Amino acid sequence: MNLDRDFVLGLYRKLVLIREFEERVKFLFLEGTMPGTIHQCQGQEATAVGVCAALGASDYITSTFRGHGHALAKGLSVQEMLDELFGASTGCCKGKGGSMHVGNMAKGMVPGIAIVAGGIPLAAGMALAFKMRKTGQVVACFFGDGAVAEGAFHEGVNMAAIWDLPVIFVCENNLYGASTRIDKVMKNPKVSDRAASYGFRGETVDGNDVIAVYEAATKAAAECRAGKGPVLLELLTYRRTGHSRRDACHYQAKTEKEAWFSRDPIDRFATQLLGRGDIAIADLEAIKAAVEKEIEDGVVNAKQAPHPTLADLTTDVLA
Amino acid sequence: MKRQGIAEALRDAITEEMTRDPSVFCIGEDIGVPGGWGGAFTVTLGLSEKFPGRIIDTPIAELGFTGIAVGAAMMGMRPIADVQYGDFLFLASDQLINNAAKMRYMSGGAITVPMVMRAPVGATGRGSQHAQSMERYFTGVPGLKVVAVSNAYDAKGMLKAAVRDDNPVLFFEHKLLYGSKGARAEPGAVDATSEIPEGDYTVPLDKAAVRREGNDVTLLGWLLMAHNSLAAAGTLGGEGIDAEVIDVRSLSPFDYETIGASVRKTGRVVIAEEGPKTGGVSAELAAGIAERFGKFLKEPVVRVASADVPVPFTPILENDYRPDAAKIAAAARKLIKG
Ligand SMILES: Cc1ncc(C[n+]2csc(CCOP(=O)(O)OP(=O)(O)O)c2C)c(N)n1
Ligand SMILES: [Mg+2]
Repeated sequence: MNLDRDFVLGLYRKLVLIREFEERVKFLFLEGTMPGTIHQCQGQEATAVGVCAALGASDYITSTFRGHGHALAKGLSVQEMLDELFGASTGCCKGKGGSMHVGNMAKGMVPGIAIVAGGIPLAAGMALAFKMRKTGQVVACFFGDGAVAEGAFHEGVNMAAIWDLPVIFVCENNLYGASTRIDKVMKNPKVSDRAASYGFRGETVDGNDVIAVYEAATKAAAECRAGKGPVLLELLTYRRTGHSRRDACHYQAKTEKEAWFSRDPIDRFATQLLGRGDIAIADLEAIKAAVEKEIEDGVVNAKQAPHPTLADLTTDVLA
Repeated sequence: MKRQGIAEALRDAITEEMTRDPSVFCIGEDIGVPGGWGGAFTVTLGLSEKFPGRIIDTPIAELGFTGIAVGAAMMGMRPIADVQYGDFLFLASDQLINNAAKMRYMSGGAITVPMVMRAPVGATGRGSQHAQSMERYFTGVPGLKVVAVSNAYDAKGMLKAAVRDDNPVLFFEHKLLYGSKGARAEPGAVDATSEIPEGDYTVPLDKAAVRREGNDVTLLGWLLMAHNSLAAAGTLGGEGIDAEVIDVRSLSPFDYETIGASVRKTGRVVIAEEGPKTGGVSAELAAGIAERFGKFLKEPVVRVASADVPVPFTPILENDYRPDAAKIAAAARKLIKG
């Protein structure tokens, strides 16, 4: 694919933004200034960026407890995210959601659903609304390999299939559900095979190759818009960090970690970009510097952002 | 004697019961993975090496593995299942409520379902879906026993009693009570350690515990609220108000004998509950007390509970959501001084 220079630099910027954001958030937790718990996505940035690049502003995504990358990829700002993580009233969910529930409906992201597989039937329901109202919109539903064992996955994808709904089921297969490796909980570890048993198209893609993900998602979105949905994309990837805040990942083999770390999505894309001939290392460095500054400013602001008052406890419960 | 926290006490209870009875086994997510965590809160850490094949790691499939536990229990096994967070009981609840709790009745008494389901609850900085107090949804389910432990001694003794019981037992633990130090320390964690005696003991599943004797007012609570009620009693004591504190502990059935004796003595009751006030366990408790001991009440029963809202993330709101000792003390003070 012959992709526009600005477009690919935009993808690179998003990848780096997510990585730097997550690294900074990790630091803020360890420093003790950020409350709550976190599930981070270092190493998985290309899945979020590739899929969201294939969507339009009026399309939606659903996410999980591990949603920071999805949010930034879909266009949420660093500031509204950091404010939310600090519990500020200026956060994307007014401080009521927190890390596991970041989202912004105006930007096409449902607050993260932290119940494993809980977003799958819900995304199908959103797609049913798009179909009934003939809006041409698509929803991309992110979930992990762990979600495939839940009843909600099977019920949701089957209904999406029988009604040809415009939903892209995006399984980020990072080989582990919490500490449990997929081979322990799946007799057939190829997640995309599930689609065939429900009569729709599934595909396994290198989830650490942002362009491969972008191309697969673009094709899937076009099929959905043409009434040929749903599509199941299995994106193979790996998390470079713990499952959550205090996880040392002793259940992952050293050799496995090293193999995946050498396939880092950002390093690989940088190499690809530098090989094009029209992008220099200075361009990439400038992007990284700008991203770092944006995050630095965001942290300064978020630490001073206003917090809700007790009167806010009882608002937003009913419409 | 040794000093233990709830997580260690539960681990010892499981170890001893599994050693005593080969039909006991554990089933749940991430409970026995080598290099893993021993469940979300370390309770089963190290047990998979000790009991090969009897610490069963499942896929993320709460409805499924709960059904598996029910079926195995019907065939004479004694499973200890657990959900990583109580909130996931909503997924498991069809098997718990429609199958486990009803098998005996529907079969005309032919079937027993000797299983335990452990579930950690409580608001702990994790947002709305990893925070709910789930007791309320299960205390009105006939055929199910429901208990809630607030210290390590009870945790060990009641888990052993639950494993030996021939009925399905739902066993609630609180995330802020597993340990207040080290790896499990969370902001707001409370010391729930106990002196644990050597050797086997059980604690009955249907008895409340008087934690502090007093004559002026009865404070009722369980899980974290048992601790907050005790702290409130301390404050009140300094003001000349003599509060009795009861750890309700057995949520289904309630121990109206112990509770009633206290109500007869004090004539005043404050119930503290983490979780929305409307439809809470304290609603049933207040009604039950009014029905049975109404004529001994000098004042209507008072409830101190959370606002009728989902659990908020931001600490300022979450701390307000969770009733604290000051709110409980204020309610008791008002009851006495008007
Ligand atoms: C219904 C439900 N069960 C269990 C959990 C606890 N939990 C949170 S994340 C997780 C693992 C999820 O694995 P996967 O779907 O592969 O996503 P990943 O963490 O790899 O991104 C588990 C078991 C949960 N949040 N919801
Ligand atoms: Mg996974």
